[in-house]
Amino acid sequence: MTTPLAVRVLEGHARSYRHTWRGTTVSAIATPVLFLAAMGLGLGTLVDEGTGGGIDGISYLAWLAPGLLAVSAMQNGAGDGAFPVLAGMRWVRDYHAAIATPVRPADLMLGNLAWATIRLAALLTVFVVVAAAFGALPLGRGLLAVGPGLLVGVATCAVVSAFMASRKSDEALAGLFRFVIVPLFLFSGAFFPLDELPTAVQPLARINPVWHGVELSRAVALDIPTRMGWPVHVGALVLVLAAGIAWGIRSFTRSLRS
Amino acid sequence: MDPLTRNDQTLDGRPSADPGRSTAPLIEARGLVKRFGELTAVDGVDVEVAPGEAFGFLGPNGAGKSSIMRMIGAVSPPTAGHLRVLGMDPQTDGPALRARLGVVPQEDSLDQQLTVAENLAIYGRFFDLPRSVIRARIDELLEFVQLGDRADSKVDPLSGGMKRRLVIARALINEPSLVLLDEPTTGLDPQARHALWDRLYRLKQRGVTLILTTHYMDEAEQLCDRLVVMDHGRIIVEGAPRQLIADHASREVVELRFHPGGQDGAVEQLAGIGEHLEELPDRLLISADDADAAVRAVHDRGVEPATVMTRRSTLEDVFLRLTGRTLVD
Repeated sequence: MTTPLAVRVLEGHARSYRHTWRGTTVSAIATPVLFLAAMGLGLGTLVDEGTGGGIDGISYLAWLAPGLLAVSAMQNGAGDGAFPVLAGMRWVRDYHAAIATPVRPADLMLGNLAWATIRLAALLTVFVVVAAAFGALPLGRGLLAVGPGLLVGVATCAVVSAFMASRKSDEALAGLFRFVIVPLFLFSGAFFPLDELPTAVQPLARINPVWHGVELSRAVALDIPTRMGWPVHVGALVLVLAAGIAWGIRSFTRSLRS
Repeated sequence: MDPLTRNDQTLDGRPSADPGRSTAPLIEARGLVKRFGELTAVDGVDVEVAPGEAFGFLGPNGAGKSSIMRMIGAVSPPTAGHLRVLGMDPQTDGPALRARLGVVPQEDSLDQQLTVAENLAIYGRFFDLPRSVIRARIDELLEFVQLGDRADSKVDPLSGGMKRRLVIARALINEPSLVLLDEPTTGLDPQARHALWDRLYRLKQRGVTLILTTHYMDEAEQLCDRLVVMDHGRIIVEGAPRQLIADHASREVVELRFHPGGQDGAVEQLAGIGEHLEELPDRLLISADDADAAVRAVHDRGVEPATVMTRRSTLEDVFLRLTGRTLVD
């Protein structure tokens, strides 16, 4: 029986991870603690003491946690889409070694995405456990929110890896994070309801795919309805994921098979 | 079985009726062309390589050598022409073909964070080799490339020569029928180059077919049974290294170097000495069958170079004679 080619690539990622798991595990635990402490407790005290008394009657910490889950999935997905691809194509060039074997560019793209899925699932589970220990989330419903978070992260990884493979150099890396990832992060609805924005820019914020993930994650974790109904939110994210995969297979092949 | 002992297969991978005697070409290229936009990197190349041969593409940077290697290695589609490798079409049989090739790329492309053995293990899995087979081959191959005691050390601290040898071990993990080496010793110091040549020579003795590109004429002379000299994407001449030198260069060469300004005018004074006089920016080359007689003639004409060196002709001289340029700028 032969192992599918993308799975062989996935195995390689898993093997490399033996050398890097310590650092990523520490940051997986530290990041939610830092954000929940600063935003949830620090900023949250102000919000909860304000006229509204939290947001829609929910404490800011509880309102923030599921949104934070979705945006940290996006950030980690972007990292998993950018760095392994730049390393494989330009810094280490191990992708060039890999395509001299039966492995094809599409297998490298899908193998990286599969590995990112596994890593994100573990990372988001840690996030929920830490946030639950923090008193920010109920553990059971929080774990359900890993699903939408994962969808956000994997879709981001697919699009970012496709974009990175399409570039001729790594110059786009800084710009991508500064001008795309950071705005998506800030205007995702994770930190404040998008309704608070001026009416004119609200539609702009609503096309942010990450917002759909934040809505879903929050709805699942807090057992409240979503803004547009879950089929729309899930559909938007699946569409981004599918487009990212299609673009990725194309750009990986173009870049590696010139 | 010794993974380095090569075998008896016909072109399409079936056992040959007459093992070891198959002479059908492993590589067959006719009118091969590769264009990148406006640039024509490979401009109509015809090549045949027989099983067990060590075949070289010699030429300066930009001659199209690497593009040919990438087409043979089924990672770059030809723009035009006919190409068969191990009897397969690289464009339609890519994965099956690559499963039987060993590739040593120009850059090491090793994962520096991983150990020597892990780099080989991950690569072996790309060929879907069982883990037990990979383990056995890693031991054997690291022994072969003289890295047996470094299996568990990280790649990062290894010397350039050691990394290159590791890349060669990596290329052999699938017991390839054909090994492609793109500039295998570029950037290595002379000692490391000789160590590497020694390993490649052993591979060749074991019957592995080697295809290599190089812009070092000494490398080509050491390793290649037969080679083509390339320039601007075309083959300008083909043959065995000794034969090419015999056909296209004199037996010996005198190299004259002058003090600054001294070279001007010397060309006219020396006209007619030897078979051929070539002026390079930093020296004059006189091709002659008797170098000592040529040196005497230089002195007889009252020309006083700063240094005089005589040597045998090399492939470098063949290239210079055919193109008017040197191989390494």
